[in-house]
Amino acid sequence: MKNVVILDYGLGNLFSVLQAFKEIGVNAELTDDPEKLALADAAILPGVGAFGHAMKELESKKIIEPLLAFAKSGKPLLGICLGMQLLMDKSEEFGEHLGLGLIQGSVKKFPMEYNHQKVRVPHMGWSSIHSSIKKHPSMVDVKDGTDVYFVHSYYVELAQPEVNQLTWSEYAGFRYTSSLVNGNIWAYQFHPEKSGKAGLQLYKNWAQHFQL
Amino acid sequence: MVMPKIRVIPRLDIKGPNLVKGIHLEGLRVLGDPAAYARHYYQEGADELFYMDVVASLFERNSLSDIIEKTAREIFIPLTVGGGIRTVEDIKKVLRAGADKVCVNTGAIKNPAFIKHAAELFGSSTIVAAIECIKQPDGRYFAFIDNGREETGLEVVVWAQKLQELGVGEIVVTSVDREGTGEGIDAQLIQSIASAVNVPVIAHGGIGKPQDAVEAVKAGASAVAVASVLHYEALMNGKVGREASKIEGNTRFLQENRNYKKITPCGLNDLKQTLQSSGFQVREIYS
Repeated sequence: MKNVVILDYGLGNLFSVLQAFKEIGVNAELTDDPEKLALADAAILPGVGAFGHAMKELESKKIIEPLLAFAKSGKPLLGICLGMQLLMDKSEEFGEHLGLGLIQGSVKKFPMEYNHQKVRVPHMGWSSIHSSIKKHPSMVDVKDGTDVYFVHSYYVELAQPEVNQLTWSEYAGFRYTSSLVNGNIWAYQFHPEKSGKAGLQLYKNWAQHFQL
Repeated sequence: MVMPKIRVIPRLDIKGPNLVKGIHLEGLRVLGDPAAYARHYYQEGADELFYMDVVASLFERNSLSDIIEKTAREIFIPLTVGGGIRTVEDIKKVLRAGADKVCVNTGAIKNPAFIKHAAELFGSSTIVAAIECIKQPDGRYFAFIDNGREETGLEVVVWAQKLQELGVGEIVVTSVDREGTGEGIDAQLIQSIASAVNVPVIAHGGIGKPQDAVEAVKAGASAVAVASVLHYEALMNGKVGREASKIEGNTRFLQENRNYKKITPCGLNDLKQTLQSSGFQVREIYS
């Protein structure tokens, strides 16, 4: 049995992430212990709430250095929602904050208006994902245009979308990166654990690809 | 114009161990086991689920944890839970049990600073505000608390803007006048709030047939919360059992198998197809 940890550093609902992995046969463990992270075969970085607050929590739990080391070790790291945004260089949420710097780019707020149309924020609901990388293993049995569940007011702007963008989505006509990849690091802006059977399939694809 | 996909959210009012349904938030009928309905709606493609503990606010108790846990184990769509939430500890308890968002009404009106604090702590998207609206003889709408029993004197549009400022992520607008009646949504009410705020608005109260959902969206709602039509359809067509705990509430309705007047029972599919044929996008179900 592989050892998969879910980093528990804040106040979000991690029960459903845990439960979704259980559903696909992966028994993950919630932890905020840097040593357990170092020993893990794979790690999941979830997150709900504010960027700056989350970075502070990671710092106070002394998880940042071990997390960077983990990412560099080549072991699979999965970011979810705010967990994807934290991988970036920086965010402009409530002032500028530095992120983990594992992926080049920044985190920006949705515009209030796009094409003369009001953009209601947060984006809370279902949107389609479209592959930017053909036949990526993350998309096995998930067809182009599948709907998944998003909750966010900020989006990731990649420095090199041609390299890192795994899927794109649209909200009120505004196009943004909805998942990214960089070798052993995969990340989803949406919540697979809240995206019904499609979401479970995405988690399954991650687990299968990395043989967890 | 590219519109976001419209969410259809079954709303499950819960009293003790049972799913109930009232009229104007009163006169609750017992309909059955909430977990059975939740499972059914998940299979049928519900976009989210919304649990409301209808008596928690009155008796200052919180009896939902068991039902939430049971649901969160087998249902992989967002779950919002409301009823009697007044403190950070209450929120933690509900989230820990497996809810994704909490819905606050009385707690917000009695203590606006609590909402601000909660939004900062848990993130805006975790905090949903409910406004129970009752139309006054002079045409204005006031916000009520405790299931439409206590007036606050707050004008609903002003209150909605204040809630947005306090940091809530979305607003459930309940027309108490229409709730449970199946007489259609109060488009004027939905429109006045949806146009005044930037956060998504969920229309609740009055949907008695699929076309009513279309009217809610035309009025500016991003989502509709639906109860009677879905519950009665599930019940009538035998998609859920008729066993309910007899310990609490009025179960006569279930035993007598009475009919419903202004309500055209319909499934999630009917609602979504009607939205789609009116030009609104809905989530495509994964298969």
